[in-house]
Amino acid sequence: MTVALAFDAGLAVLVLAAAGWTIAARETFAAVVGFVAYGLLVAIVWVRLAAVDVALTEAAVGAGVTGVLLIGAAAQLRGTEAAAERPGAALRVAAVVLCAAISAGLAAVVAMPSDPAPTLAPEAVANLPATGLGNAVTGVLMAYRAIDTLLESVVLVLALLGVWSLAPDRLWGGRPGPGIQPHPDGVLAFLARLLAPVGIVVGIHLFWVGADDPGGKFQAGTILAAMWMLVMMAGLADAPPISRRWLRLAVIAGPATFLAIGIAGFWMADGFLAYPAALAKPLILVIEAAMTLSVAATLALLVAGPPDRRPLP
Amino acid sequence: MILALDIFTVLFVSAGAFFFLAGTVGLLRFPDPLTRLHALTKADNLGLGLVVLGLLPRAEGPLGALKLVAIWLLAQLAGATVTQLIARIARQGPPPA
Repeated sequence: MTVALAFDAGLAVLVLAAAGWTIAARETFAAVVGFVAYGLLVAIVWVRLAAVDVALTEAAVGAGVTGVLLIGAAAQLRGTEAAAERPGAALRVAAVVLCAAISAGLAAVVAMPSDPAPTLAPEAVANLPATGLGNAVTGVLMAYRAIDTLLESVVLVLALLGVWSLAPDRLWGGRPGPGIQPHPDGVLAFLARLLAPVGIVVGIHLFWVGADDPGGKFQAGTILAAMWMLVMMAGLADAPPISRRWLRLAVIAGPATFLAIGIAGFWMADGFLAYPAALAKPLILVIEAAMTLSVAATLALLVAGPPDRRPLP
Repeated sequence: MILALDIFTVLFVSAGAFFFLAGTVGLLRFPDPLTRLHALTKADNLGLGLVVLGLLPRAEGPLGALKLVAIWLLAQLAGATVTQLIARIARQGPPPA
């Protein structure tokens, strides 16, 4: 037990050190590297808390995709960084005070729970058989709190729309990214050829086991998105023009399927987002499959950025 | 038999940890990017390989063991590729600011 305690204490110190270093770093790029390391450490913390689903999501989305997005942003900001104004002392003090207040508040809530701590976990597990699922996290996400998950999926689409709307009018409908020329013998092309098939299998596996084991649409979609990004970065396949109909359908497939099945719940079951008992698991699987596709497409396109090249006439 | 497996695990995981330690020391102490990368790949290949080897007897069945080996292979593939990419940039000199 003491070994585990020592490990946890060391981990906590490392997480705090990484967080502190991320905030203190002067250079944006260094701060991003610190943030990615921080995300991976937090993922280990979630594993230690036996929340493997959260750990997978943190590693894939929190450290992985967010890290790639931030590295891209840091690279674009490199030229302007030296000239950027440092915020005044009053603003910095205000930021520190507010952040400290939020941290202290959260710490107080976590450290001083009422006794016994409020929990719905036993009821969540007791009612899980009705959903046909074996993974309680998937049960919460897809059945008990389905409306939250639906809204989350819509937020992703809105985020992509926000990125796309940064494009000037003349580039609307064009391809994102610089259009990398492939090096057929390049290292990255080699990795993309070798890793993408493996990654796609792993992604689909994560989606499939999500019903009963840690995994699910977000983790699976992120891995699939990473494989698409890798293929695009290696120049093996160009980014598609954002005006393509199949692309837009892929982006909205998840939320649309979710919403359609949710509305069908009015007739088939008790109300919005209710599943008929006999069909609960198949319906959830259909939603998860469509969501995996949408998450993969949306995340990859978020990283690809706004359209950068003129659409072909 | 169980004791032998335990000793096997402890030996190999410790050896793996040693290579991670050596790789980290090298990363901190070596003078230029190429030698630092060299130190890092030792941790990836040998360190992780030995840890995986040590954990194999504890895997849940052959499928779990296969997954452990797959993790090692994937880490090697990613490590080798990224090392190549970084080394290439390092030889070209810093990017224009």
